[in-house]
Amino acid sequence: MNYHVDEHGYYGEFGGMFIPEMLFPNVEELRNSYLSIIQSDAFKKEFEGLLTDYVGRPTPLYFANRLSEKYQTNIYIKREDLNHTGAHKVNNTIGQILLAKKLNKKKIIAETGAGQHGVATATVCALMGMECKVFMGQVDTVRQRPNVERMKMLGAEVIPVTSGSQTLKDATNEALRYWIGHPDDTHYIIGSVVGPHPYPDMVARFQSIISKEIRAQLMVKTGKGLPNKVIACVGGGSNAIGAFYEFIDEPEVELIAVEAGGEGVKSGRSAATTALGSTGVLHGSKTLLMQDEDGQVIEPHSISAGLDYPGIGPQHAHLFATGRATFLNATDEEAMVAGMELTREEGIIPAIESAHAFAALKMLNFSKDEVVVVNLSGRGDKDLEAYINWGKY
Amino acid sequence: MNKLNKTLNVKRDNLLTVYFTAGYPRLEDTAPILLSLQAAGVDIIEIGMPYSDPVADGPTIQESNKRALENGMSINLLFEQLKSIKDQLTVPVVLMGYLNPVLRMGMDVFCAKCKESGVSGIILPDLPAREYDLHYREKMEANGLSNIFLITPQTSNDRIREMDNITNSFMYMVSSPGITGAKSGISEDQIKYFERVNALKLNNPRLIGFGISSNETFKQACRYSNGAIIGSAFINVLSSAKDLAEAIPAFIAEIKKGI
Repeated sequence: MNYHVDEHGYYGEFGGMFIPEMLFPNVEELRNSYLSIIQSDAFKKEFEGLLTDYVGRPTPLYFANRLSEKYQTNIYIKREDLNHTGAHKVNNTIGQILLAKKLNKKKIIAETGAGQHGVATATVCALMGMECKVFMGQVDTVRQRPNVERMKMLGAEVIPVTSGSQTLKDATNEALRYWIGHPDDTHYIIGSVVGPHPYPDMVARFQSIISKEIRAQLMVKTGKGLPNKVIACVGGGSNAIGAFYEFIDEPEVELIAVEAGGEGVKSGRSAATTALGSTGVLHGSKTLLMQDEDGQVIEPHSISAGLDYPGIGPQHAHLFATGRATFLNATDEEAMVAGMELTREEGIIPAIESAHAFAALKMLNFSKDEVVVVNLSGRGDKDLEAYINWGKY
Repeated sequence: MNKLNKTLNVKRDNLLTVYFTAGYPRLEDTAPILLSLQAAGVDIIEIGMPYSDPVADGPTIQESNKRALENGMSINLLFEQLKSIKDQLTVPVVLMGYLNPVLRMGMDVFCAKCKESGVSGIILPDLPAREYDLHYREKMEANGLSNIFLITPQTSNDRIREMDNITNSFMYMVSSPGITGAKSGISEDQIKYFERVNALKLNNPRLIGFGISSNETFKQACRYSNGAIIGSAFINVLSSAKDLAEAIPAFIAEIKKGI
């Protein structure tokens, strides 16, 4: 079974380039050049140099003693929360801004939901001295005001999106519309493994550093590079693909993706795409997507803005359809409880997105000698208000 | 040969195409707007199938999509509305929309219903030429439907020719880089692009759309093509009209003035 992208941008039946003709030249330019650029020695040297010196990689793989004791197994936590800007998102924005420079683009646009990708994009734009516009749903600019201010401090222009439901999917639509109108000098840094080919593959490659490091670190710590289980949360799915990438073709490694169940899969307020979705086309690729019987996209719900997306990356749709990965979901409440558990057991306050991955620990059975890796994709500073409002600590 | 092909065979100048969103401003307005446009002498009517995420559309058409959906519009209902006036409609009708609702219905069912309802052509901006040719061309052609491709100032000559070779209708020339919406005037760069495409001597006629909003821009566009498409400007008329039965013929008469 092939789990990777084919020459036309497909993962099995998912993926492709479903874009209006107005975007074709831009996406085609990327498709024709992304591999030769990112595989060149000069690019790799610059990318890896920045990841080391600017982002702070490699991030630790931490053996969680108390959590392991509690679940009677061996739990390792991949500390993506310790990256500069506080989440894995920066791995991708560093890669894409270097690519944009090679393509001679002068301006950067991005979409953001919670603001993490927006901050990671504004950060690398400041680093490279490039003009940056971040599209953010009006509703989200209110919910995530500190991140709006961080982006402005970094010199980005934050454009509140008032179309549609004024959240992440509409911010993505608006960024695409802007790109249609500015095809020559602008690069669009998509923040997840979604969008038309080659975005899902390109972002996956930039995020694959996570699992490359896990493999090398496990080799040192356990004497073998392969874990038994890798657990990660999934909205669009960039941190999960990053954590899975090295292990996708290692069938003995169980890949476990955790979606946001919201108020419960059957509550009508959920973002559990594989549980509730069906095949459709959104933001340029064929994938699983939450839609009504007429094919209108359903607005999802999750307590974590970063998982509040009605679709899922096409490679994840393929991993789901083929059974290669197991998809679970955790409710808002289960995620908050798991976030508090990590805080109290290990002294780490996770982003609420990442807390969904930890919620899976209660849903799985472990043996005493297996190795379990949980990807801690981001830190919880941005979510303090949500934790405070939840109040159960 | 569908009604669109017949129209394009006999008329090659100043073709006026008007776009409106099904179910807007009110759910039951679709049929009366169609008949009113036909009576006013419009050559081709493009009906928008409302979608939650119309990524190629500007604020005016986004809003009409949103309102139409709130009114309860769906593709199935549009087919019912079209069937109810099928015998009175002589003007060719093309449906414009996004791929997802069509795939949800199933391309086979969608094409069969288009045929039943007297639809001549389909515009799906997010269905790329390669996908169309590989997976959907046969189904559309078997139902007598013409697929209409968008081309833009950035589309290469080779690519324009490829699309021209796999359709039998018209080429929808997007006037400038950007989404739908009324703009003012036509620039030197746009004229160069129109002339570049003219020089290709394509099989299919060319209609210019996006930013065509007035008698002046319509006439200008027609100088460089076989006709033009008016969308957002007509939606604005529908939004502000007190009486559609008066406003529609008045707007079309103004657009066609001096032609």
